[in-house]
Amino acid sequence: MKLGVVVNEGPYTHQASDTAYQFVKAALAKGHEIYRVFFYHDGVNNGTRLTVPPQDERNIVKRWSELAAEHKLDLVVCVAAAQRRGLMDKSESKRHGKDTDNIAPGFRISGLGQLIEAGIQAERLVVFGD
Amino acid sequence: MAEANESGSVKKFLYVNRKAPYGTIYALESLEVVLIGAAFEQDVSLAFLGDGVYQLVKGEDTKALEVKNFSPTYRALEDYDVTKIYVDDEALRVRGLSEADLVIPVEVVSAERMAEIMEEQDVVLSF
Repeated sequence: MKLGVVVNEGPYTHQASDTAYQFVKAALAKGHEIYRVFFYHDGVNNGTRLTVPPQDERNIVKRWSELAAEHKLDLVVCVAAAQRRGLMDKSESKRHGKDTDNIAPGFRISGLGQLIEAGIQAERLVVFGD
Repeated sequence: MAEANESGSVKKFLYVNRKAPYGTIYALESLEVVLIGAAFEQDVSLAFLGDGVYQLVKGEDTKALEVKNFSPTYRALEDYDVTKIYVDDEALRVRGLSEADLVIPVEVVSAERMAEIMEEQDVVLSF
């Protein structure tokens, strides 16, 4: 089955991102296709490469990046939500005159249309949030 | 303005609003999805449950909060052809509210009817 996934909460504070990750991993293992993972609200914070959790803890951001590399996942961060929360790629950073970008490997920034498109194209859209 | 939907299909989208308008950003960012989504010409409905009914209450004044008052945006939904607005009757009642307190015309429905509406959808986005 072709699945779309939405992550509405940031890492660590809420379980949503962990559950979404485990869901995606399990779905892939069962041979399902992940059309896209869309990060919205505080979920955009799952895509910052500046996350450095203690070494004996799971690294939620790195885990998403690795899964994306392994399975060619499309991890999309909402641009409007990202701008509010200080998540940017190189071009966004340049456009806003900031001195750095912080998007993690495997993530890309795009618009809310990508969320609607995932709803249209996927057979099921699964939302993880509070 | 409309982005092409490659498959040309129309799906039933339901946006479920469960949170009060201020205090968290869910209501505002939900509304942003609805407005962007309108360009895709899907079959859109909105549901308001629980504290979500406060999003539609008349006379919001956010000056003291220093937060943008987005209440008028709900009145613009009609211009985006978003006219199917369902509100849970018990959610209104237990908060001492009625249809007359709301900024836009809505259809007040029972929990049973709301369940049926949800069942009919292809995509349910819950905020």
